[in-house]
Amino acid sequence: MTVETTKLSIWAFANPTRFMGFANKAIPMLAIIAIALSAIGLWMSFNAPEDYQQGYTVLIMFIHVPTAWLAMMTYSVMSLSAIGTIVWRHPLADVSLRSAAPLGAMFTFLALATGSLWGKPMWGTWWEWDARMTSVLVLLIIYLGLIALSKAFDEPSEAALPLAVMTLTGFAIIPIIKFSVDWWNTLHQPASVSRFDRPAMGPEFLYPLLIMAFAYMAIFFTLHMMAMRNEILARRIRTMKMSAARKHSAKGAT
Amino acid sequence: MLALLKREILLSIRAGGGALTGVLFFLAVVSVFPFAVGPDTKLLSHLAPAILWIGALLASLLGLDRLFAQEREDGSLDLLVMQSHPLALTIFVKALAHWVMTGLPLVIATPLFGIMLNLSPLGIGATMITLLAGTPAISFIGAVGAAVSVKLPRGGMLISVLVLPLVIPILIFGVAAITGALEEPAPFTAPFLFVCAITLFTSVLGPLAASIMLRHSAD
Repeated sequence: MTVETTKLSIWAFANPTRFMGFANKAIPMLAIIAIALSAIGLWMSFNAPEDYQQGYTVLIMFIHVPTAWLAMMTYSVMSLSAIGTIVWRHPLADVSLRSAAPLGAMFTFLALATGSLWGKPMWGTWWEWDARMTSVLVLLIIYLGLIALSKAFDEPSEAALPLAVMTLTGFAIIPIIKFSVDWWNTLHQPASVSRFDRPAMGPEFLYPLLIMAFAYMAIFFTLHMMAMRNEILARRIRTMKMSAARKHSAKGAT
Repeated sequence: MLALLKREILLSIRAGGGALTGVLFFLAVVSVFPFAVGPDTKLLSHLAPAILWIGALLASLLGLDRLFAQEREDGSLDLLVMQSHPLALTIFVKALAHWVMTGLPLVIATPLFGIMLNLSPLGIGATMITLLAGTPAISFIGAVGAAVSVKLPRGGMLISVLVLPLVIPILIFGVAAITGALEEPAPFTAPFLFVCAITLFTSVLGPLAASIMLRHSAD
């Protein structure tokens, strides 16, 4: 019980408070950066020349590729947070991991959805069990599993370590999943239409793509900060509710 | 450690024939496939490696949720955590015992099911070897899932959801190795070595991760 109360007091005062102050200032700035970058990126994307093979559908690339990058970046952020939880027991690390998971799942889902929309006109199919798609689908399942795990515990602080351990285990396996499916494809299927290998890209495509990627990153960090702020507030409310209940029951007992 | 291995195996034999239930489940999964895809022997023999591997995968997930839960309920988990041996070694032995009770019987039962699925003798041999090399990894990764959800009252489903995506590489290389043995251009050795490598890798990583988890979940 003593451990529990010290944990709660850290939660209520020490680090998260400073983080809250930082977040309150950073979120509007990040949001402005995100909006500005998205506007520039979108404008550049729409002014990009038509691809000689793909026509206008090449525009989907500017939406699709950054979501896929972000899907992987989010997992890296979660893994770093997991290290923070395991090594330093930093309370913010757990908050960060937990609030990044739904964002990662969202980016992964968007990558699959936009990829599917792109695949229909290009490859003539919504879905193909090729290396990339399958491994991204597996990544989505891992994200959803982690979210399920984070919701499975009654006490949020109890979920911190299980979540961190599972995230890191997943991180160790993810490269294997990625490479193994490549292996599997090269072993079994001759190179099919469904290949993502892109020839060297012209600057008229590369720059909008990079700016869109930065815009997505800014969006991610804005949303991540907001989710972390919400999580901290939710935990404070929980602590207040519990102490109020304790006071109430103590009053009732006497 | 040997005593612990013996204890685990004895426990699971005496508590209602654990090994036999696993094989029975394997049989049930394997016999469901011909109903689903039709009794076409040619098609079945083509699918047989995949069916056997999926059956083994699902059967190995059985009993994972009890791997540490029982110890936690009767308190002996605390004793395991506090003993002088490294905890990771203890977990390694427990995962090994789990494999001996779920994975090994499947390997032994594979020839029978292979014949039923019209698999060639070479295919049966390849399936047995890859299962022998690959299924321990499922137990080792499963130990992490079991440790993570040890405090949850109904963790069984969650363990499967968490563990299944992580064991996909083993499935891929296992089936690839069998196909490599059966069909000429594809190699057998490379994917088989990958299966062995993943098993060795997880035999270190799995118990270590599970021990980090268990050491701090003792209350």
